Amino acid sequence: MEIERKLLKRSSLERLVDMMRSDGNMIYAPQKKETQVVFDTIETFADMTEDYIVSNQSPKFVAFPKIEKILDFSISQEGIRQEGTQLAAFPPVVVLGCRPCDADGFDSLTAIFNWDYKDELYNERLKRTTLISISCAQKDDYCFCTSVKGHPGSTRGSDILLTRFDGGDYLAEIVTEKGKALTEKYAALFEADPGIEKDKFLAEVKPRFEVEGLVQKCMGMFEHPVWIEQSLRCIGCGACAYVCPTCACFDIQDEAAVSKGERIRCWDSCGFGLFTIHTSGHNPREVQSQRWRQRVLHKFSYMPERLGVIGCVGCGRCSRACPVDMNLSEHLINIAEV
Amino acid sequence: MDELKQKAKELLEKQQVAVIIGYAEGTAGRTRAVFALKPEDSEKLIFDERCKQNLAVYLMKHEVKHLGRRGIVATIPVMRSILQVASEYQLTEADVHVLGITPEGKLIEFDGFKPMEHWLSGQDVGLSAGEKDELAKLDGMSMEEKWAYWKDELSRCIKCYACRAACPMCYCIRCFVESNRPQWIPIAANDLGSFEWHILRAMHLAGRCINCGECGRACPVDIPIHLLTFKGVMDVEADFGVTAGLDAGMESLLSSFKPNDKENFIR
Repeated sequence: MEIERKLLKRSSLERLVDMMRSDGNMIYAPQKKETQVVFDTIETFADMTEDYIVSNQSPKFVAFPKIEKILDFSISQEGIRQEGTQLAAFPPVVVLGCRPCDADGFDSLTAIFNWDYKDELYNERLKRTTLISISCAQKDDYCFCTSVKGHPGSTRGSDILLTRFDGGDYLAEIVTEKGKALTEKYAALFEADPGIEKDKFLAEVKPRFEVEGLVQKCMGMFEHPVWIEQSLRCIGCGACAYVCPTCACFDIQDEAAVSKGERIRCWDSCGFGLFTIHTSGHNPREVQSQRWRQRVLHKFSYMPERLGVIGCVGCGRCSRACPVDMNLSEHLINIAEV
Repeated sequence: MDELKQKAKELLEKQQVAVIIGYAEGTAGRTRAVFALKPEDSEKLIFDERCKQNLAVYLMKHEVKHLGRRGIVATIPVMRSILQVASEYQLTEADVHVLGITPEGKLIEFDGFKPMEHWLSGQDVGLSAGEKDELAKLDGMSMEEKWAYWKDELSRCIKCYACRAACPMCYCIRCFVESNRPQWIPIAANDLGSFEWHILRAMHLAGRCINCGECGRACPVDIPIHLLTFKGVMDVEADFGVTAGLDAGMESLLSSFKPNDKENFIR
């Protein structure tokens, strides 16, 4: 649909939060908690912070939680009983204040979770989620969205994109049908297009590499020594994968007592030694350099090739969170140059 | 640190080491580990107060280990890690050349572990005043308050295992959390799974932790997880008079028995 532009005054946004909440929505927004900016539920607009670059962890958990129950089971003399998760019980969720890169991340996740099997848990959660993003007026050295087809004011992936302008009011760009339905429901809060020049209120993020060329190059780099060089200092934790808005790997576990239990899925990471180990004991990715290669090639070769999307939105979280300063954009520039 | 660069260059030129593990400038004002493989790589080496990562973690890393003899820029926590893992038969004097850095920032070299042990015996290796204060605050809490405190802190845990990966003493190729036939501890980062993981890790480090604090620095969600193992450092000192990482010949505290141990259930 064609993007509609409206004015959403700051006072109207405050009211919107109250109204959406009283209509039963769970509203997740960024909040400052000690040293971190985290997405958590808010009760009023005042609970939210606007002074942040990106949250420490991505908001992907609203559709892909760190632990998700798949089914309950019990075993008795009558047999085995299974009961799947009640999809209808998932609450309607609004994510307010995610960044354009975060919204972009959901597009990558959706591609993964619908590649072959249609993942109903993810799809159902996302279906009930409305993304009201706020474009970026600030950036830091780790941001590189413009190198991976993103932009501080990109509307892609968002249902509504807000851009704050002089005085604290917002330009609201209504991107999807879901966004449109929301503006129609709360129509009194949305006013006529303020007619501002949006770009004036956006951070400037200079592109660092040319991604199409990089994707092409990655296809022939499986045996390149660069993976060993780059990953010598990688210690093999999962921090990068767990803060990443597009990493989708999970591990299925049965947590059971004697006769009943639940099947859950938990975040997993290709950086872990156990990730690809076979029953025989053989591990095709025995060392960290092979796992690092997998991480980069999955995002910049396999996903573009199979799913038509780049598996990276340039949010820079992996590099901020990395305990040993593995800086993804620096490594990508290096790969483009070798 | 021109002296450090010069020394590293010499060692690489004379092929006395295959690699020097040190610190270099990183991104956004951070420092990072660097692996100097050629004499000219020594130019990248730096040392200043930002260089905190415990580099000893790399001595046991597969790809680094297989390079050959390793030179390492070593502050006190790195030296102590080396002695500790040596006492656990993971490293010998032949594997490592220590380029020590004193608390004053001076280069100091040791001919083997004995002189390093001797020098360390004259250094303050205890917890800092600030770290002791943090522990005292926890000790002052009631059992219920401690439970609530850790429940809140651990609720942020995402089980990325950065605490484990950053720790030189966590060198096991297959950690107990990876024992999955059957699963020893829950994989899920829920209350049970996170508590079990962190309590078991703290127990595995009792008598082994050298209080570098790397686990807490590595945590991407800022859980002060080092306080658990620091508590173990204090308890082990109080109960057994043992300080880890000062003696390459030390017996493993939790798997050795001495007639004068306070507990006598094992007799």
